[in-house]
Amino acid sequence: MIETNQIVINTCLLAGRIMIENGSEMSRAEDTMKRIAMNSGVNNLKIFGTITGIIVSIPNSMDSQVEGINRRAIDLEKVSAVNTFSRRYAAKDITLEEFYEKLNTLDEATPSFPFWLQVIGAALVSGPLMTAFSGNMVDLGITTLTGALGYTLFYFVNRILNIKYISEFFASIIIGIIAVFAVRWGWGHSIDDIIIGSVMPLVPGVPLTNAVRDILNGHLVSGPARGIEALLSACAIGFGIAFVFRFL
Amino acid sequence: MQLLLEFFMAGIATIGFGIIINIPKRALIAAGAIGGVSWTIYWAMLQVRLGLALSALTATTVIALLSLYAARRMKLPMIIFNIPGIVPLVPGGQAYQMIRNFALSNSDMATHFMLEVGEIAGSIGIGFLMAEFIDRLQRKIIITLKEHKQRSKSKSANNTEKE
Repeated sequence: MIETNQIVINTCLLAGRIMIENGSEMSRAEDTMKRIAMNSGVNNLKIFGTITGIIVSIPNSMDSQVEGINRRAIDLEKVSAVNTFSRRYAAKDITLEEFYEKLNTLDEATPSFPFWLQVIGAALVSGPLMTAFSGNMVDLGITTLTGALGYTLFYFVNRILNIKYISEFFASIIIGIIAVFAVRWGWGHSIDDIIIGSVMPLVPGVPLTNAVRDILNGHLVSGPARGIEALLSACAIGFGIAFVFRFL
Repeated sequence: MQLLLEFFMAGIATIGFGIIINIPKRALIAAGAIGGVSWTIYWAMLQVRLGLALSALTATTVIALLSLYAARRMKLPMIIFNIPGIVPLVPGGQAYQMIRNFALSNSDMATHFMLEVGEIAGSIGIGFLMAEFIDRLQRKIIITLKEHKQRSKSKSANNTEKE
């Protein structure tokens, strides 16, 4: 029994960590963890989940574990994979050990969309969204290009240096410089439109909204913490652009 | 015409964001359609001057209801549809404008954008709650109606037995 409890706790923690790391709201992660425990015969799992760490315990057996969460990104394929495994486990399609194994491989897996496709995604976000916002068709091409370049820089700085917020800062500096010169050389019309469109793939709109949803769901620790993180990356982007405007 | 353009632009942007955040490939088109529809609603409501908060609230409720439907239909978690769907609405642009204006010391513009960020983010949060409320209400009504039907059926069955 002690052995099984150990595995149940480990599986719950791993599933919870993967879900929170990859952009799920707190209530969804906690719900999944409770379900996994319930399907393993543990009915009174206690969870204290925050955005930076989870504590899980089974009261009767005095077992408890802590799991820290150090990085947060958005990768919904992983969230949906955890959900699928949890569903299959509930249907007794896979055993608890297999479930744990699968989660481990999932945790180490790399994103399935290749880098070039992500750049195309960023291009699709920046140009069309700018047109949707302002109805400005003239700057569609240059905004798409600038957005793709900015995202490429963001991706590589993030991968090579791995310092939070610096990648956003550099990417927005480059976006600002391109926008200013594009307008100066007559390739674009409105600096503001080009910049707003191009920073769209980088701005933390979704974390900001998730923060509000967490607060409304009663996660009063995680919500504001998420909000602060979103505010910091908005600061990095805004300061990058302001930096360019000061000197050019 | 303009409406159609807005729909396609927002739909394409939603699909693009879906690629960045790595949603399963079979969900891309559905997510794009949800994003396009909700943005068109939001845009049309803004054009007739119904205000930022009400428009965002309505659009988000539509997103959440459509995502719920799509999630049940395709057996995928709901956030795969609603996170890309809210991308056109989300106040990322305003958050950036706020910081930029603070950095360039245009405080009144900065405050204006700060209020907009709060307004939109709050509306989106409440919109999701609203959709959950509608969904639960609907389920409750269906269950109650079913129970009612069964009860009346068993009642009539009892009546016939007595007779």
